[in-house]
Amino acid sequence: MTDIKGIYLDNNATTKVDPQVLEAMLPYFTEQFGNPSSIHQFGNQVGRAVNKARRQVQELLGAEFDSEIIFTSCGTESDSTAIYSALKAQPERTTIITTAVEHPAILAVGEQLEKEGYTIIRLGVDSKGRLDLDDYKKRLDDDVALVTVMWANNESGTIFPVVEMAEMAHEAGVMFHTDAVQAVGKIPIDLKSTKIDMLSLSGHKLHAPKGIGALYLRRGTRFRPFLRGGHQERGRRAGTENSASIVGLGVAAELAASRIEHENTFVRGLRDRLEHGILAANTHCFVTGDPDNRLPNTCNIAFEFIEGEAILMMLNKKGIAASSGSACTSGSLEPSHVMRAMGIPFTAAHGTIRFSLSCDNTQEEIDQVIATLPGIISRLRELSPYWSKEGPVENPDQAFEPTYA
Amino acid sequence: MWDYSETVKEHFYNPRNVGAVEEANGVGDVGSLTCGDALRLTLKVNPETEIIEDAGFQTFGCGSAIASSSALTEIIKGKTLDEALAVTNQDIADFLEGLPPEKMHCSVMGREALQAAIANYRGEVWEDDHEEGALICKCFAIEEPLIVDTIRANNLSSVQDVANYTKAGAGCSSCHEKIEEILARELEARGETFTPGAGRPDLVLERRTVAKKSKELPVMQNGAAKEEPAAPVKKAKSKLTLVQRIQKIEKAIEALRPALQADRGDVELIDVQDKTVFVKMTGACTDCSMAGLTLNGLQQKMMEELGEFVQVVPLSKRQLEEAGL
Ligand SMILES: Cc1ncc(COP(=O)(O)O)c(C=O)c1O
Repeated sequence: MTDIKGIYLDNNATTKVDPQVLEAMLPYFTEQFGNPSSIHQFGNQVGRAVNKARRQVQELLGAEFDSEIIFTSCGTESDSTAIYSALKAQPERTTIITTAVEHPAILAVGEQLEKEGYTIIRLGVDSKGRLDLDDYKKRLDDDVALVTVMWANNESGTIFPVVEMAEMAHEAGVMFHTDAVQAVGKIPIDLKSTKIDMLSLSGHKLHAPKGIGALYLRRGTRFRPFLRGGHQERGRRAGTENSASIVGLGVAAELAASRIEHENTFVRGLRDRLEHGILAANTHCFVTGDPDNRLPNTCNIAFEFIEGEAILMMLNKKGIAASSGSACTSGSLEPSHVMRAMGIPFTAAHGTIRFSLSCDNTQEEIDQVIATLPGIISRLRELSPYWSKEGPVENPDQAFEPTYA
Repeated sequence: MWDYSETVKEHFYNPRNVGAVEEANGVGDVGSLTCGDALRLTLKVNPETEIIEDAGFQTFGCGSAIASSSALTEIIKGKTLDEALAVTNQDIADFLEGLPPEKMHCSVMGREALQAAIANYRGEVWEDDHEEGALICKCFAIEEPLIVDTIRANNLSSVQDVANYTKAGAGCSSCHEKIEEILARELEARGETFTPGAGRPDLVLERRTVAKKSKELPVMQNGAAKEEPAAPVKKAKSKLTLVQRIQKIEKAIEALRPALQADRGDVELIDVQDKTVFVKMTGACTDCSMAGLTLNGLQQKMMEELGEFVQVVPLSKRQLEEAGL
């Protein structure tokens, strides 16, 4: 196998397919090519493999029944399915509660629904990215069709108290969905002991391939399919199964379950080492989100007075891959909505860098990143009009006041 | 990440003329909300000769903002102020061997910093006339203000209209929803209601032919790129001979030329093929936002003269070179 040389710290964007996952998948492109719905032996065995994968995912999520797992094409499809299903199944309810910091897979659907006349309540967050649960409780009423709140934030790694929030929704008789795309495989989850009705996950965030996801649907939850057609997935998601990827997701789920301890000790340790190292070696930078309550693999640091894309380009030249919440990296107008929701000032929001680790990272890699960054940060600050020699210019906002177009 | 040219990368990794120039006598501070970019340009101008003897930049911004700043300082050093003022954002982009459409505003910021610094040297107050807005069409780098202005000036009412007049939406179709939203807003403001299906399909067919000829992206209609245009629904046949048409087109250009030259720009007619008028824009006319407005005005004027729909297509430096012009 050819490995691209480099240090990959962008695992919240996507992960490398685990070699064991790949190996398990390969026969399903060749001899095991049958359609799982077919009666003959070609299809039959594939059908069994799909069901094995279903049980592996069930196990990872701590779901009560394997039939609660519906395979989909990605996290985004799972999210859309959950939202539209809740609305279609309860036409008398027209409000959705979500948060201001969700992934676009939720936010963009909300914006579209708003245009169609639905009410979308977006709960705000404080400077550490935390929700106000009292405010949330007040918003739960008979018009709410669905609460959809992410388990962990993809940018800051901040974890929301979804188990508690699902209890509150349940008491108010409101359906609860969580986008757990970033949480699954990184923190322990046991759905049968919660009141969560639906949960989205995505394969490529846990070392399975891209283009495979799953929706957990608690038994008895009212549901309407997003894709109609054949009877696959008991008619809840039509379309011939992506059997090879489903098998891959199953193996990845099993691996993730066996590594969750490692993730929360070893990977967490590397992350903390990286964070302390960076904060000690660079001035004018700070951690965003809630450091005491976040994913073990994620660290998001804002570097003041410089811009994220420039940092990423310099890192890339040194073979280090990370990502940024700056406007420039996405081609959008504004820095990340997550950073803005937390009230991170403009000069820092543009300079946020997310490092997201996986069990593939090593201490040597982390130490190399710590050693490489200061040169990049100081080089870019030399170029910045907000910076002079050893520190920011006095009153940076007033000293440099450009005319804005 | 962005597909930057080697020159952009070179000027980002090894920027020229970093920092404030000592004894600077012209300073320009500008920013662009689009990217959170900000640029301070300092100039040392020889008062006798008005030659820019030194230029330095300080930039808060992304890779292309830093590269554009570096390119700008390299371009203007040694030029007189008047020569420098003739530098367009397209010149900066060309110097860098192109910028992605989303990043063209970085070159605009460079040009604005230059104008601001020269105004500062001359003791004038620089007024920013460049209206920046959300990038709507990524295929042709068209921003919202231009679309809004064009809709208002021409009473446009459909996505096809907008594509015909501004090119926005004539590429991959991904911005059609946004254009429809703008149209809905604008139509409501003038007391009409927007119906998504409304339009003049014959013009879209014309555009298809145009797109093929000018080697642009094929125009997609409902997501499918048609190989050959279907038989036009109703083809507006021109009753003029080609020579008569060219004369009228030249007349339209002549009418607008004084205004263009006042802005240090010019337009030259290169070719007329069916409904497409190819032009070469020079000088200040190539500035991104102005170019669009100029083209619209020009197209409007030509349509008045000819009494038929034409599409004005500016040829880029590269296209002109390829054609040996
Ligand atoms: C929180 C969250 N939700 C949803 C998604 C979308 O998942 P997918 O890429 O599988 O559609 C992502 C991936 O970026 C994510 O981080």
